[in-house]
Amino acid sequence: MSNVLIVIEHAAGAPKKASLAAITFGQQAAQKTGGQVHLLVTGSGVGAVADKLKAYQVAKILVVDAPAFANHSTEALTAAIAAAQKSTGASIVAAASSSASKDVLPRVAARLGAAMASDVLAVIDASTFKRPMWAGNVVATVQLTTPTKVVTIRSTEFGAPAAGSGAAVEPLAVSVDLASFKAKFAGLKEVKSTRPELTSAARVVTGGRGVKGAEGFKLVEQLADALGAAVGASRAACDAGWVPNDLQVGQTGKIIAPDLYIGAGISGAIQHLAGMKGSKVIVAINKDPEAPIFQIADYGLVADLFKAIPELIDAIKKA
Amino acid sequence: MKYLVTVKSVEDPEIKIKIKPDGTSIETDQVKYVVNPFDEIAVEEALRLRDAAGGGEVVAVTIGRKDAQQQLRTALAMGADRGVHVVCDQPLDPTLVSEALAKVVEGEKPDLVLMGKQAVDDDQGQVGAMLAERLGWGQASFVSKETSLESEDEKAKKPGVSIAGTTLQVVREVDGGMESVTVTLPAILTTDLRLNVPRYASLPGIMKAKKKEVKELKLADVVADPTPKVKILKLEPPAQRKAGIKVADVPTLVTKLKTEAKVL
Repeated sequence: MSNVLIVIEHAAGAPKKASLAAITFGQQAAQKTGGQVHLLVTGSGVGAVADKLKAYQVAKILVVDAPAFANHSTEALTAAIAAAQKSTGASIVAAASSSASKDVLPRVAARLGAAMASDVLAVIDASTFKRPMWAGNVVATVQLTTPTKVVTIRSTEFGAPAAGSGAAVEPLAVSVDLASFKAKFAGLKEVKSTRPELTSAARVVTGGRGVKGAEGFKLVEQLADALGAAVGASRAACDAGWVPNDLQVGQTGKIIAPDLYIGAGISGAIQHLAGMKGSKVIVAINKDPEAPIFQIADYGLVADLFKAIPELIDAIKKA
Repeated sequence: MKYLVTVKSVEDPEIKIKIKPDGTSIETDQVKYVVNPFDEIAVEEALRLRDAAGGGEVVAVTIGRKDAQQQLRTALAMGADRGVHVVCDQPLDPTLVSEALAKVVEGEKPDLVLMGKQAVDDDQGQVGAMLAERLGWGQASFVSKETSLESEDEKAKKPGVSIAGTTLQVVREVDGGMESVTVTLPAILTTDLRLNVPRYASLPGIMKAKKKEVKELKLADVVADPTPKVKILKLEPPAQRKAGIKVADVPTLVTKLKTEAKVL
């Protein structure tokens, strides 16, 4: 009988979709541990987020609400998560894989003397999980042998959580002194986009080296807009500075699994495939018939993308 | 200023990984090993910081098999000054590696530890933050820079991070943007892809590297209990996608997406 603590991320007053998938993981894991699912929300002015989380089948929602948690601070979050683990007696502490959780949770694991599994794909039992290795070319079954375990989960592998009601919302007091921390937040340059968020979008259009430049990438964006899709990119397109870095799909970038993935001018290096091969339908447009992406594409079109994409946009608009 | 960089020996990321029939490990015969690509970026950044400051020392550390020394020598050939090799031939996990590195750091007393944000074999990405916690140091993960890899600064091999006195200033790649952080030294940073383009080892560099000092330690010298806390029970290949088809033209593609895949 030990509880599972899920660390929630939020944006614009609502929990992120990836964090909802983490609650699903929590519900699955709690069945194995025989305990309850507890959530932790941190931030400044996060009452609305906690309220929205009451719609799910969880026992308790802990809220750390203080100005010190307005911006990302590894040390502040580590203190909050460690305090929440103590308060809930959780044997598993988990969060959806994100730049924040990948930064903080290993630090939490070290503080709690916990072993950790990253990017978990499935729950086997209370201490055993499946996770990817070697760019997803191997799936490992791993056992964490410490009493407390820390996990990040791959949100594309877990669906929506079971609904519920009656979760208790409780404030958790965590006193932190930002001035005493070794690392200090100094600013965030946000990439503003009106398009759907890449990791949770139902449709994604990505561009790679074959797009040839920032100018060519506009075609990819136009196709995405015609489809109401998110935009992604291969490493080559990000390295060249044609698009913001956080659009990179792959082993070390974003992991996506949309209903429809369209890759234009992407050859399909294994590092890229690691980030998108969970997509339901994969379309590849590339003028090189030997491009490796065709091996995993449901529909491959060998064509010059500068001709094919405008044609595709027209066809979609007429439909 | 003293910089400590980690160098993990990993299977060449361009090769196809094969699992042994009994599912206990991967095939390692005939497999080429290289420096973890993210660690190469860490080595490069340390070299640029040292050279821009006109002095300092870069110490490269690896933990692993006897022949992982080849990857340590690669870092020395790139320009690192000397090496530390914790020789061991047993399964490791991030807890053990961070404990071993903490011990090495206590001995070496670097001002800054630079390491890759993840190793491309186990893809865990945990050691940097675990090490920072063990040492009680500040950390900055996924360190990048705002200028592109095709910028003039990159061509001039300028460091992407800056150090003033005991303050490190970096830009981090985070979901939805770029975050600026200052960290008081000593500190740990983990490198993301677009911090720099690592140099190749030159022929004179390779010759010099052969003579550079590499201190060997045993795992028992740096960890209390060598039992990994993450046990790998089984390895298996991922589910394979069924083969798709090639379509002749855009109208056929659109028809298929509508009537067959039903995604339009």
